[in-house]
Amino acid sequence: MSRLLRHRLFWPFVILAGLLLLNLVFTDHFFTIEIKEGHLYGSLIDIARFGAPLILVSIGMTLVIATGGIDLSVGSVVAIAGALACLRISLLDDQSSTGGVLAAMALALGLSLVLGAWNGLLVAGAGIQPIIATLILMVAGRGLAQLITDGQIITINSAPYKVVGGGYWLTLPFGIIVVALVLAISAFLTRRLALGLLIESVGGNAEASRLAGIGAKGVLIMVYAFCGLCAGIAGLMISSNVSSADGNNAGLWIELDAILAVVIGGTSLSGGRFSLGGTVLGALIIQTLTTTIYSIGVPPETTLLFKALVVTIVCLLQSPAFREKVFHRRRRPVTAPPVAEKKVKVSL
Amino acid sequence: MFRRISALIAIGAIGMAMTGCGSDGDTGASSAPGGGDKLVMGFSQVGAESGWRTANTKSVQESAAAAGIELKFSDAQQKQENQIKAIRSYIQQKVDVIAFSPVVESGWDPVLNEAKRANIPVILTDRAVDSADTSLYKTFLGSDFVEEGRKAGQWLVEQYKDKTDPVTIVELQGTTGSAPANDRKAGFQEVIGSDPKFKIAASQTGDFTRAKGKEVMEAFLKSTPNIDVLFAHNDDMGLGAIEAIEGAGKVPGKDIVIITIDAVKDGMQALADGKINYIVECSPLLGPQLMDLAQKVVKGEQVPARVVTEETTFTQEQAKAVLAERKY
Repeated sequence: MSRLLRHRLFWPFVILAGLLLLNLVFTDHFFTIEIKEGHLYGSLIDIARFGAPLILVSIGMTLVIATGGIDLSVGSVVAIAGALACLRISLLDDQSSTGGVLAAMALALGLSLVLGAWNGLLVAGAGIQPIIATLILMVAGRGLAQLITDGQIITINSAPYKVVGGGYWLTLPFGIIVVALVLAISAFLTRRLALGLLIESVGGNAEASRLAGIGAKGVLIMVYAFCGLCAGIAGLMISSNVSSADGNNAGLWIELDAILAVVIGGTSLSGGRFSLGGTVLGALIIQTLTTTIYSIGVPPETTLLFKALVVTIVCLLQSPAFREKVFHRRRRPVTAPPVAEKKVKVSL
Repeated sequence: MFRRISALIAIGAIGMAMTGCGSDGDTGASSAPGGGDKLVMGFSQVGAESGWRTANTKSVQESAAAAGIELKFSDAQQKQENQIKAIRSYIQQKVDVIAFSPVVESGWDPVLNEAKRANIPVILTDRAVDSADTSLYKTFLGSDFVEEGRKAGQWLVEQYKDKTDPVTIVELQGTTGSAPANDRKAGFQEVIGSDPKFKIAASQTGDFTRAKGKEVMEAFLKSTPNIDVLFAHNDDMGLGAIEAIEGAGKVPGKDIVIITIDAVKDGMQALADGKINYIVECSPLLGPQLMDLAQKVVKGEQVPARVVTEETTFTQEQAKAVLAERKY
């Protein structure tokens, strides 16, 4: 029990369960999942579906933060990727041609990768503080997205593109499948291969890593490029979901939600260690919170306050110092002796 | 050394990005005021953030040309300081009349006082300022958001006048705290509030965007059973909601009656296709009215302190008829 309590993801998990419980009480049929129009349908599916872009962006952000950096430009990359893909598709003679749509998506993802690598170059090559380096693209990128869309909302009507963010495959939302795939690949690369260790090492101490023979610059550029790619995929999903590209609003402030998701998930902003599972949990908490607000009908004027309240509680519960102060003082007399006994037994 | 060079490059990049944003800020400032008896108008636009705004700009430019008024146009890129700069430069150039759409409501008194001292009349378009001193501007030309909400409500009341069953309404509000959101909500509520059968079951903000409109509507569809009517504060949120409704296996426009405001092209298309039932127009085409007012205030004629843009409403049949000639 105490090991469970001390698990890094215990408290985020409690919050997620608490939010779901709130819905169980206040919203009828919240946990109902049915088959409609040949796919799964229900509030829980919505959370996963609308949360998919945030989870993707957060996965990229986790690795960047693990290197001790931060990427503020993801929201702009989301807008650029969506804008470019929709622009290319709108220029096609047949918007439903799978080949044309795939080419447009490949182009958008390629650009996202380049933009991410540009961030990495500024950080690793030029030694600019990550927050400044990515701030450049955050501001300029929004302008670039508006340039691509000409300041208008591009509306398209393309069945193959619709699948990416709004479609279903084997009754499951396609977005969730993409997320699972990206998550599996990143988990494999970072936890089964040495890459995760290298990232953490660079985050812990870049100079020491370099002296130990790790190509710190290469690792950094790769991580930022990966983050850009994740944001690009998320951008395709968001624009595909509404079949339109909005250079002004797509992905606006998603970088803040992503950073929050990473932090809730127990990854330290100072770098050196990360938890992909925690990040996914964090992103799910944020999306569940949003859906809860709509479902139980929190008035829009108080929405932000309600969100702030929940996030504050999560952060306090995540803080060891806070938990020590509040829970331990009362509990210590009861729990301390058995722990001591156990230790004695083990040593014997 | 490398660090220093790259830092310089980065500073250069930021600098370029910033001047890139600001350089086309006041294109009108360069040319000298028109000689002779041609009327000169300085117009400071908010920016080019939406199709609506672009149509607004075009309308002003075209009708100025048509009315033989020399227009000095500047785009403020959503920044108040750019607008103040533009207005000051218009004052220095001694234009005959200044018109502008304020980015924000407050902080205009000093620059408007300068214009007043220079005897240049000011006309507000589309958005108001909160100055206590109303002598600082001649008139305010723009949409009446409360009236738009009322029009939406009146159509709904008319449609359901023979029915006695309760009508479940969900509302997608604009950005929380913005004037169009507050006023449209109030106007709508004012009209339907008199009949107890109308019940707004859920009301949330969709931030005027399609993505949010869809997300919120998805939640409404699950939390509120048997929605009869959707009232969206703009077309875009309505368009997002339509996707959510279709995803839930319902037919937008039939199973759920949809009323929106704005009448942008995509919205009109959906109306013509029968997916939206009624749109209240919020017209950006206030150019002709603006030129008319400008000529009057320069001649010293009295104009009303508040002029409402000429706006109409569209049913599905009307949308089909006018769709081809819509400008925005």
